Amino acid sequence: MPKSYQLVVIGAGPGGLCAATTAAQLGMDVVVLDEQSSPGGQIYRAITRTPADRSALLGADYQRGASLVEAFKTSGAQYWPQTTVWSLNAQHQIGILRQGQASIIQAERVIVASGAMERPVPFPGWTLPGVMNVGAAQILLKTSGVVPASGMVIAGTGPLPLLVAWQYLRAGVSVKAILECSPTNNLWRAAPRLPQALRAGDYIARGLKYTVDLLKGGVPIYYGVSRLQAQGNDQVEAVNFGWERFGIARQKTLSTNHLLVHFGVIPRTNLTRSAGCHHVWDRGQQCWCPQVDEWGNTNVPGLAVVGDNAGIGGARSAEHSGRLAALEAARSVHLISRQQRDSQGQDDQNWMRKDLRVRPFLETLYRLPDSLLVPSDDDTIVCRCEEISAGAIRRAVHEGHSDPNQVKFFLRCGMGPCQGRQCASVVAHMVAAENKRPVSDYPPFRVRPPIRPLSIAQLADLGGAEE
Amino acid sequence: MFKRLNEIEGPTVTINIEGADVQVPEGETVAAAALVHHLGYTRTTSLSGAPRSPLCMMGVCFECLMEVDGSPNQQACQVQVKAGMTIRRQQGVGGTDA
Ligand SMILES: Cc1cc2nc3c(=O)[nH]c(=O)nc-3n(C[C@H](O)[C@@H](O)[C@H](O)COP(=O)(O)OP(=O)(O)OC[C@H]3O[C@@H](n4cnc5c(N)ncnc54)[C@H](O)[C@@H]3O)c2cc1C
Ligand code: FES
Repeated sequence: MPKSYQLVVIGAGPGGLCAATTAAQLGMDVVVLDEQSSPGGQIYRAITRTPADRSALLGADYQRGASLVEAFKTSGAQYWPQTTVWSLNAQHQIGILRQGQASIIQAERVIVASGAMERPVPFPGWTLPGVMNVGAAQILLKTSGVVPASGMVIAGTGPLPLLVAWQYLRAGVSVKAILECSPTNNLWRAAPRLPQALRAGDYIARGLKYTVDLLKGGVPIYYGVSRLQAQGNDQVEAVNFGWERFGIARQKTLSTNHLLVHFGVIPRTNLTRSAGCHHVWDRGQQCWCPQVDEWGNTNVPGLAVVGDNAGIGGARSAEHSGRLAALEAARSVHLISRQQRDSQGQDDQNWMRKDLRVRPFLETLYRLPDSLLVPSDDDTIVCRCEEISAGAIRRAVHEGHSDPNQVKFFLRCGMGPCQGRQCASVVAHMVAAENKRPVSDYPPFRVRPPIRPLSIAQLADLGGAEE
Repeated sequence: MFKRLNEIEGPTVTINIEGADVQVPEGETVAAAALVHHLGYTRTTSLSGAPRSPLCMMGVCFECLMEVDGSPNQQACQVQVKAGMTIRRQQGVGGTDA
């Protein structure tokens, strides 16, 4: 029999940390699993290890993580770092890999808080060395103080490119240009949602501050960028793009060895999919999200999802949703009554509602156009692992492979080591576009455990561990 | 090419990257060490032989596969350096027949 725990939390970002802290304080026996080597998740990555000067340049938003980790440490919850979850099922059995050793543990309840990943958007040249995600470059900055050695170009959409460019500016690292790839007319659609967004906190003010600081710091920002291309033979040498000024279309080439890209974040759904949770297409966020109620409960009994994993709400909302799911977990094992859950959850529900008011504005402002969701150039690689191009996928659809799973089996698209994490959403958008149907009609690839490759030796060990 | 913002402070370990001995901070990932060492690309693809380098740094893209101490297919962004470690680019599928 696998070893059993009352509550297992997967992920030690703000969502998972707050869930675990609250549940442990209410008397639950809690274990938190995370593949990173220290707590904090994506936003507060390496918060316990960052030297003071680096933490200062990352800004006050980053430093907030320290107090979350402090509360977590004194809560009595167990923390297992460098522990990767490779399977999860509806019976709450969790496959883990820890110090090279695979095993299975059993949980009475599970809270999945595995967060989000940067949305993959293929464009010509995106597989060249020198192209990196903006969040990935920020991970190098947070964890190691490592930065691009020469002037970089940052391209994409969403608030993260601005924040990271601003952090580089403060670190004295050269940013050659920022290319904002959302269509300029998004602004007019988003404008009516601005008053509501202004009531969510200081998100808009901070975005403006970053922009003003960057412009003052001499970083050019190009708006309405389209036809993004990375050029070079064995590495990026230049970035080519179209942009608009006063309604006049222009073309520009910037020479650089570093192109950082970011097109928003989407939930990491491989665990919730393999556990059999229902997922729904979120039109605002343009992605699939696990379906949850206000306590994070899914259709799988005893399995809750919190934070960005349940739909992109940002780090503050992740804290609130984590605490709400913990209250529900404590209620389910009769540590608190339903009335206690409801009254203790009241504040978090109110704060979360307030915090989420910024989302409709951000989602409309940074909405991706079809030209980014569906690669138009046939030579662009879509499946990076198996090197399958957009043209090959379109041909497969025309030949009658008319749903993403058929395309997958026909082309091996999504069958490489990343198991479709980078191409699943693109293939779904392409199939939908070719069939002239909404993408919500096309659930992405089926997910089967293990959700990350295990070696033969690790699987053999697992047999041994179970005996 | 990547660089460090500051001189290395604190404990270091010596590792070998593509034949060169280098000192890196304890606890750093293999991917960060390889990028600072100006490795450029970190693997080639098995089909066309195209060069690739780390994309996501968070374990989801598998572009950072390298050979660590002779074992291929290690996610360099998820593995921490250890004293005496040998790191090589992965050519194609990696392993002895590469
Ligand atoms: C690369 C990146 C950088 C970001 N930077 C910022 C930022 O600077 N500012 C900001 O406001 N927002 C940032 N975000 C947005 C981010 O999603 C935040 O909103 C916030 O971190 C969400 O918190 P969370 O607790 O839901 O998830 P996360 O903070 O993402 O935490 C999830 C945790 O789960 C762990 N995990 C995931 N899968 C597994 C598994 N299979 N096994 C074991 N552990 C697992 C991860 O290691 C991670 O620690 C970033 C997102 C990304 C992807
Ligand atoms: S860089 Fe993406 S998995 Fe390592």
